[in-house]
Amino acid sequence: MNANTQNQSAVMSDTPKPVVKPSEIQVKNVSKSYGAGLFEKQVIKDCSFTIERNKLTVMIGPSGCGKSTLIRLLAGFEKPTAGTIELDGKRITGPGRDRLVVFQESALFPWMTTHDNIMYGPKARRENTKQNRGLAEYLLEKVGLSAFRAKYPPQLSGGMQRRAELARAMINNPDVMILDEPFRGLDCMSKELMWEYYSGLFEESHRTNFFVTTDIDEAIFLADRLLIMSNIPGQVRETIEVDLPRPRRLAFVFDDDRAIAVKMEALSILHKEAMKSFSGGSKAASDFVEAYSKRSAAAETAEQ
Amino acid sequence: MISKRLTKSLFSRSNLRAVIAIFVFLVLWEVGSRSKDWFGFPMPWVGHVPPPTAVLVAWYGLLGDPGYWQSWYMSTLRVLAGFLAAMVIGIPLGLFMAVNKTFHGIVFPSFEVLRPIPPLAWVPASIIFWPTQELSIAFVTFLGAFFTIVINVLGGAKSIDPRFFQSAQSMGSSQWDVFRRVVLPATLPSIVVGSAVGMGITWEVVVAAEMISGGGGTTGSGGGLGFFIWNSYVGGSYEQIVVGMISIGIAGFVCSELLRKLGGYLTPWLRKR
Repeated sequence: MNANTQNQSAVMSDTPKPVVKPSEIQVKNVSKSYGAGLFEKQVIKDCSFTIERNKLTVMIGPSGCGKSTLIRLLAGFEKPTAGTIELDGKRITGPGRDRLVVFQESALFPWMTTHDNIMYGPKARRENTKQNRGLAEYLLEKVGLSAFRAKYPPQLSGGMQRRAELARAMINNPDVMILDEPFRGLDCMSKELMWEYYSGLFEESHRTNFFVTTDIDEAIFLADRLLIMSNIPGQVRETIEVDLPRPRRLAFVFDDDRAIAVKMEALSILHKEAMKSFSGGSKAASDFVEAYSKRSAAAETAEQ
Repeated sequence: MISKRLTKSLFSRSNLRAVIAIFVFLVLWEVGSRSKDWFGFPMPWVGHVPPPTAVLVAWYGLLGDPGYWQSWYMSTLRVLAGFLAAMVIGIPLGLFMAVNKTFHGIVFPSFEVLRPIPPLAWVPASIIFWPTQELSIAFVTFLGAFFTIVINVLGGAKSIDPRFFQSAQSMGSSQWDVFRRVVLPATLPSIVVGSAVGMGITWEVVVAAEMISGGGGTTGSGGGLGFFIWNSYVGGSYEQIVVGMISIGIAGFVCSELLRKLGGYLTPWLRKR
């Protein structure tokens, strides 16, 4: 089913939209450690996965499992200790505009208005062209901030800031968008609105997206593919294909049997990983974890 | 519409409170310094200070005196010269120390040793080193603002959120572009604060330097407000001492207020919404 055709009527059609390139990122046997010798700490160990083209891949894992480190590697701010990361077969060696990162909390420039923030990328590359200015207007309209174009980020609400940031990233037409817990810290109402909003933006272009989160509902609502991370040192423990229909709607997704099944599956894996990190090698703690798991497994079968 | 808003802001509660507070202060001062005539005993401390009405009379007499205005002119000129030099040298120095580690490593240690030396301790040395008295006063004034500005700019530029650099980089910014559109505006609030504090110190320093060096003008009263106060003290005119003191207060207040206004204009994103 093609989601593009459904929303087309609501979209302004006079601005020529840039063509989205179907890109793919391959992470091959990547490891990353910090420090040296005795103080060496391995954060990511022999991690391999693919961010598939035209799909929204969501990565979820316990906090401190190396998700943010992985993002810095994908963005090219840091280099892996071992292994390679390739974008369409080309090795990533540094930051580039083909992969844009939307950060935790807001990284909008507080000294620029919403409009100037969105135009930052084009101006930085000396592409202050009529087409890009038109695109900025289109995106402002699209994220519902036309009336706030001359406001500074501190004058916007949390949800508006995130929307402005999405627009600032999209104007650069990156091949891949990388989002590091972008909706963290929003209240649950604006968060749910942002999910619908963001998945709508994705459904329009089907740009390759990589989205990192710790929120299971967020992950299932958004994902085409769900990668579940292990405890530190990070690896992809499990990949779940979330074959829910698009466009996604809140009421629908959380009533759907398939969605609930995916959630249970993901939660049980996450649970095991969280337990491992909880016990941390201690005998007493692992005994507790074992007893606890048995009890909750018994409760589950009783429920069914 | 505009005049209505102006009246409203002029007669706002806080302004009214300020006016009343100053008025009450003046009344208490007047009563205190005239207590010997009125009640037969002098109040401690204020009893020896000329009353505000006498100061006003002395001030009125000075308004037509070109020497008094010459003092204003000389002090303001020195403050501006020292302050502008401190900005022109201090801001680039602070920024460069923040972005270049090697430069920071070379300059910062000597900077930190010189910084705690009070500007007034430099007075004798600068009188010896600089060819004219005017230059040595301006130099001491410069020092007053210089260290404050540099340390503020350096601190401001060093505490910029690294995510700003990462975003800029991944959107395709060149290094110069990052400096111009990220480092500079992100440091601007610290530049404004450093300048405002530096301006205050500049007025403190210029007056003391003028007192010590004895003025640099051709006529006896041409040595700035600091010299004006000292001269009044030597001449025994206590009213004029107070006139000089209040003049400096007004000058410092106006300068700081202008800087604050300019700073607010330059950093519109910090304004209250």
